[in-house]
Amino acid sequence: MDVLTEKRLLRFLTCGSVDDGKSTLIGRLLFDSKLILEDQLATLARDSRKHGTTGEDIDLALLVDGLEAEREQGITIDVAYRFFNTPRRSFIVADTPGHEQYTRNMATGASNSDAAVILIDARKGVLTQTRRHSYICSLLGIRHVAVAVNKIDLADYSAQTFHHIVGDYFGFAKSLGFASITAIPLSARYGDNVTTKSEKLKWFDGPTLLEYLEGLDAESGLAQQPFRFPVQWVNRPNLDFRGFSGTVASGSIRSGESIVVAASGRESRITRIVTADGDLPEARAGEAVTLVLEDEVDIARGDVLAPPESRPEVVDQFAAHLLWMAEDAMLPGRSYLMRIGTRFVPARITTLKHKVDVNTLEHIAAKTLALNEIGLCNVATASPVALDPYAENRETGAFILIDRFTNATAGAGMIAFGLRRATNVHRQSLTVDKVARVHRNGHKPVILWFTGLSASGKSTIANLVEQELHGGGAHTYLLDGDNVRHGLNRDLGFTDVDRVENVRRVGEVARLFTDAGMIVLCSFISPFRAERSMVRELVPAGEFIEVFVDTPIEECIRRDPKGLYARAKAGLIKNFTGIDSPYEVPEHPDLRLDTTQINLQECAARVMSLLQEREILGWGGAGRGDTQTWI
Amino acid sequence: MKSAHLKRLEAESIGIMREVAAEFANPVMLYSIGKDSGVMLQLALKAFFPSKPPFPLLHVDTGWKFRDMIRHRDMIAARYGFKLLVYTNAEGVARGINPIRSGSQVHTQVMKTEALKQALDQYGFDAAFGGARRDEEKSRAKERIFSVRSAGHTWEPRNQRPELWHLYNTRLTKGETIRVFPLSNWTELDIWQYTRAEAIPVVPLYFAAPRPVVTRDGLLIMRDDERMPLLPGEQEEVRNVRFRSLGDYPLSAAIESSAGTLDAIIEEMITTRTSERSGRLIDSDEAASMERKKREGYF
Repeated sequence: MDVLTEKRLLRFLTCGSVDDGKSTLIGRLLFDSKLILEDQLATLARDSRKHGTTGEDIDLALLVDGLEAEREQGITIDVAYRFFNTPRRSFIVADTPGHEQYTRNMATGASNSDAAVILIDARKGVLTQTRRHSYICSLLGIRHVAVAVNKIDLADYSAQTFHHIVGDYFGFAKSLGFASITAIPLSARYGDNVTTKSEKLKWFDGPTLLEYLEGLDAESGLAQQPFRFPVQWVNRPNLDFRGFSGTVASGSIRSGESIVVAASGRESRITRIVTADGDLPEARAGEAVTLVLEDEVDIARGDVLAPPESRPEVVDQFAAHLLWMAEDAMLPGRSYLMRIGTRFVPARITTLKHKVDVNTLEHIAAKTLALNEIGLCNVATASPVALDPYAENRETGAFILIDRFTNATAGAGMIAFGLRRATNVHRQSLTVDKVARVHRNGHKPVILWFTGLSASGKSTIANLVEQELHGGGAHTYLLDGDNVRHGLNRDLGFTDVDRVENVRRVGEVARLFTDAGMIVLCSFISPFRAERSMVRELVPAGEFIEVFVDTPIEECIRRDPKGLYARAKAGLIKNFTGIDSPYEVPEHPDLRLDTTQINLQECAARVMSLLQEREILGWGGAGRGDTQTWI
Repeated sequence: MKSAHLKRLEAESIGIMREVAAEFANPVMLYSIGKDSGVMLQLALKAFFPSKPPFPLLHVDTGWKFRDMIRHRDMIAARYGFKLLVYTNAEGVARGINPIRSGSQVHTQVMKTEALKQALDQYGFDAAFGGARRDEEKSRAKERIFSVRSAGHTWEPRNQRPELWHLYNTRLTKGETIRVFPLSNWTELDIWQYTRAEAIPVVPLYFAAPRPVVTRDGLLIMRDDERMPLLPGEQEEVRNVRFRSLGDYPLSAAIESSAGTLDAIIEEMITTRTSERSGRLIDSDEAASMERKKREGYF
């Protein structure tokens, strides 16, 4: 048996800025643990002459800066993973950039790490960025931190300098809740105290960095948490076998023990724990298994199995720290796709309580989160989800938010606590329901959503359509800027955030009207795809019809009935759609009306034909005459 | 007996594979016959047990693989009952592209990168597993486990999605596909130790044996058939060699070795002083060549 058989893995990240010597430190660890091989060394010597910053010496940083752009610019812009092992342990190092504009990259590295090495330049001491790195580590749940006071050679290997820096660090880090902090003076460039004790640092009696990493007990604590099993894949090879495959997120389960499905509360018992290597008596945190249950319980991907006596919270509202990772700012009210465990569910931020200045840790009032900003938010999901606070469980307390149009990973969240309110509010069960109202109206309810630039002709067309519908006996209501902005949405302006909220409220009102069985005509610029799609999702499929009134901006400016474009161009109106605020053209509208090709009457007629085609009108054969007789 | 470390890697890879099965309509596993593919296949068999892996294998055949590799491929597919798709870029063959006259760069571009794109398009695969590891090469160290390819299969290293926890973002926009690397966190040593622990069959070329080789540009090349002419002054000689990495035979250099068993290979690796890809001729074509190839769609 070779020496590596019973070693454990340690995943850690290194944080520091460009000049702290982070890449050099990792290069040194790889070099000293003899993982740099002859051909790599030859490449390194060649690259050092071309891009190096160390004169004639080999530049160890070039070993790790992988992408071409980084080698050219001498910076580390992305998370890179490095692997090395010693006779005692295997390591995966997440090498992360330290600049403020790369906060998301650092958080990415931290999310899967057990420990962090935070570099401080001995000549500079604790800086703003040191605080930032430490805060992000703490936020992402890192419990063990090594403070590497680097470039101690340039500070004359001074004990006094080291102790001064360490004193400063402990001063501010005590509020961050780390389980352990170990400070080590070292020189990555010359190798002092990295893997071997330095003669020049005899005054320091602590471990070298490698000794520290080899000896660190960084168990995640997930084994001690209650059992959680997010179902990943239903394993059904034939009618005789039905199992639930997934990875145990925390705790453990034994064959014969009871479980509940968190969301439904259904109970069952584990009869088998199946793996390809044979059945197991017990499955523990981190193991990928397939569970077989005693009963035919309805379980799907996304469900969480838990012990009946210690269940996760099941809520549709919770508070969370959110790190924003997309170029497009986070807008409260906008619908995002949330992934938590194996579950995908639509979610939106209902309140941004404050954002955190990552440098000073101050709380600042804010309406949006820009790229790399962190805030505390309330989040609402479309249906209840099972979760735990992140501080207790990194697997069931973390989520990501996905932009619904670009599919980019837009945010990373750490749940603070569930909002109990959500579990106590039950919907009223109503006896006169939508079907009953539809039957009486003789037509189906629908939202006709007119979107387009200011002066495109939306409201005129909507008015014509409403007259037509009304004349035919349909129950209608028209919502537009005039009747909404003066009352319901009087408190909203025209910033992106307010536009999102404006459309959200209109959508909710429109939904109530459709519930009342009516045809609701909404005429709003509604410039963002995300919000139009959010309204679409509020109602059952087919009850939202998007009508794109497609009038080119030049034509709108020419018409300009209220003189708004002229004032916007003169800078008198801010955030005017088409001038200094974007309009996102619908990709697949149900109907596109080009008002430069056909007149407004014809436009209205086309809307009416679409309503016939979709069988919104004349539904069920219940004409007006019938309705009359029912009354 | 598997170490705690290997068990952790195994569980992580199984989780990744199940994720793909649950989220994608038409996945495929790229099977390149080498040791990494062998481990990936074994993990797939485990991940879905007692079901069979819900995807076929795809081998992009350049026509220049070692004969031993093709034998091994067919044996494995038959033994485990996998559906095996073999794809060759017929247009490249018709144009007479080959590694000797066209040069390794053109050959790789046409017969591997282009061929792979054609195959993915032809079958409409939305997700493809690859056996690449982050420890292999610097640009691979920065690739995501779930790595999005834009329409045309290109990779944009500066525009990758952040990948946090195990919360993989599996959502694609129209035209995009995804490459998934379940072995991202494995090292070469892990691969061999797992191969030994699980008794996974590997191509015999990994084990040292007397083989006829020529020395070309300081590298030991095995003439697997007559298509590779000897250059003036070259002479074949029988030496005790093995391969650390297998590809097209004219582009894969052997190393002198006496390691004839898995134990000996692992022992050799712990003491070795050259990297695995040093024998791959395509990597050293130009600086940062792997990153460029990957951007264009190479695995």
